[in-house]
Amino acid sequence: MIEIRIHGRGGQGNVVAAYLLATTAINEGWHAQAFPAFGAERRGAPVIAFVRINHQPIKRRCQVESPDFLIIQDEALMNISGITDGLKSDGCILLNSAKSCEQYAAEHHAGNINHVLNKNLITLPATQLAQQYLGRPVPNTALLSAFLSLTGILTHDALIQSFKERFSGNVLDKNIDLINAAEHTIPANLWKTTANA
Amino acid sequence: MRKALEGSQAIAQTVALCRPQVVAAYPITPQTHIVENIAKLVADGKMQCELVSVESEFSAASLVLGAACAGSRTYTASASQGILLMSEVLYNIAGLRVPMVMTCANRAISAPLSIWNDQQDSMAVRDAGWIQLYCADNQEAVDTTIQAYRIAEKTELPVMVCVDGFTLTHTLEPIDLPEQEMVDNYLPKFNFKRVLDPANPISIGTLVTPDFYSEVRHTHHHALLNALAEIEQANLDWQKVSGRSAGGLLSVDGPENAHIGILTIGSIYGTLSEARDESNDLPATKLIKLRAYRPFPAKALRHACAGLTDLIVLERALSPGFGGIISSEVQAELASMKKIPRVHSFAVGLGGRDIPLSIFRTLHQKINVTDPQPFSIIDVELEKLPAEDFGIDEVNHA
Repeated sequence: MIEIRIHGRGGQGNVVAAYLLATTAINEGWHAQAFPAFGAERRGAPVIAFVRINHQPIKRRCQVESPDFLIIQDEALMNISGITDGLKSDGCILLNSAKSCEQYAAEHHAGNINHVLNKNLITLPATQLAQQYLGRPVPNTALLSAFLSLTGILTHDALIQSFKERFSGNVLDKNIDLINAAEHTIPANLWKTTANA
Repeated sequence: MRKALEGSQAIAQTVALCRPQVVAAYPITPQTHIVENIAKLVADGKMQCELVSVESEFSAASLVLGAACAGSRTYTASASQGILLMSEVLYNIAGLRVPMVMTCANRAISAPLSIWNDQQDSMAVRDAGWIQLYCADNQEAVDTTIQAYRIAEKTELPVMVCVDGFTLTHTLEPIDLPEQEMVDNYLPKFNFKRVLDPANPISIGTLVTPDFYSEVRHTHHHALLNALAEIEQANLDWQKVSGRSAGGLLSVDGPENAHIGILTIGSIYGTLSEARDESNDLPATKLIKLRAYRPFPAKALRHACAGLTDLIVLERALSPGFGGIISSEVQAELASMKKIPRVHSFAVGLGGRDIPLSIFRTLHQKINVTDPQPFSIIDVELEKLPAEDFGIDEVNHA
C-alpha cells in the first residue's frame, strides 16, 4: 500500500489534490482512499490530507502515520516541527519551491533535510507554474502532475480524466495545459522503486 | 457502477435515487456537503423535489414532518448541535409514527466546541423512538439509505442513518451507486395511509389523556421491536438485487472458536479489521459490527457472543457520571446467557481523536486483567491535566 500525506494551507486545494489523486488511482483500477484532517476551517491555516493507494480494498480509516511520500504545497511549512514525522526511511518529499534541489539543500542542513542529499527531496516551482498557466497561485495541479511523473504508477491521461470529472470549460483547459507542462519538468520514474515497494 | 465519490456526494446521489418529494435541511459541519450536493442536483435538474431553505434545524425537522404528514417522501440531515436543536421535533416525528429518513453525520457535542467526529449526538436522541442504523463505510451508507426508506415506510417509523462525520462524510473512496431502475423496483411508491387530506380529514398529535398514553407508548415500543425483522428483510431483499449486504442487524466476522470479541459501532470497524489481520500473535478475535442500535438486537447479540469469554465494547460516546452507554445495554442483554462473557467497556475516538491501528493491541493488553476494570476513555493523556482532574481510579492507584 502506498500512503501519501499532503501538507498545505487552507485555500491551496489540499483536499481537492488528495481527492484527484485517489480518483485517478480508482479510475485506473486501483483501490484508493482520500480524506482530510481539518484544523480550524479558515484560509491560510495548515491543512493535512491523506491518500492511500492499494491493489486490495482499503479498510483502515486512521490517519497516515508513516507515509511513503509527502507532498508539501508551501515551502514555509518545512519549518513546522513534525512535518516529516513518520516518513519512511526510503520515503520521498515533493516540495513546492522556486529553489533548485541543490540550492535548497545548500540552504538547509538540519535534520529532515537529509532527504535532499540522497535525492529523496525534489523541488518544483509549482506556484510559478500555476501563476503562468492558471493566473492563480494554486500549486496543487502542478505538484500532482510531477508526483505522477516521479512515481510512474498512474498515467497523466488518467489524471486529466479525473480533472474532467470535476472541472469544465476554461478552468479545465488551463489545468490540462498545466498538467502537460509540469509532467516533463521532473525526472520520470525517479521514485518508482519506492512506489512499487 | 464503481465510482470515486466523497461520502457526502455518494449519500446525496443516493437520496436522489430514492426520489424524495420534499427535502429541508440546515447546513452544519460535517453534514454540509450532503445538503450542498443535493442543492446542486436540484439546481441542475437532476433531482425533482421541493428543496426548502430553512432558518434552523428545528424548522428543517418541522417542515419535513409536515410534508410527510401530507403524504410526501421526505429527507433531512444534520449533526451535533443541529440534532439537539431538532430533538423536540424528532420525538414528535417518531411519536406520530411518521416515516422518513434522515442522515446524522455524527459529530461531538459542545461544550467544548468540537466539529469532529464521535457519536454523542445520535446517542443523545437514542430514546426519541427512531430506528438508528450505523454505517461502517460509505458503501454501507449508500445501501443503508436506500434500505432505510423501505424500512421506514413499511414500519411507519422514522429511520436515522448514522455516518461518522469526516471519517465517512469527507472520505473519497470507490463506491458502487445502484442504477435508478434497481432502486425504483426495490422501493415502491410511498403511500402513507394516515395522510392529512382536506377531503378526508383526520386529526393527529392530539392530547392523549392518561387513559391512553401508556397504550400509545406500548404500541410504539413494540413497533420498534417488530422492526427488527423488517431491518433484516430489507437487507436480504437488497442483497438479492444488488449483491451487497449492509450488515442486517449486526454482523460477525472472525474465527468460530475465538474467545475474545470486540463489539464496534460505525466506521472504526475497518481499522480494527485490518489491525486484526496484521496481528497474528494475538489471540483469535471475533469482530461484531452493530448496525441496528434501535431497535436493539438482543437475540442476535447473544447468538454472536456465544462461546466468548471476554467481550470488549468499544463506543464513541459516554454517559458522564455512569460510563458506557452501549456496554450497559449489552451487559443487561447478556445477563440471561448461561455462560456470560466478561464485558470490558471503553470509549475511544472522542471529538475526532484519531484511532490508530495500534488500538487492537492496546485493547488486548487492557483486558489482560483478573477482573474487568470500570469504564474508561482510551488514550487520555493525564500529563495534560492538573492532578485534581486525574480521576478517582488514578488517585487511588497513586
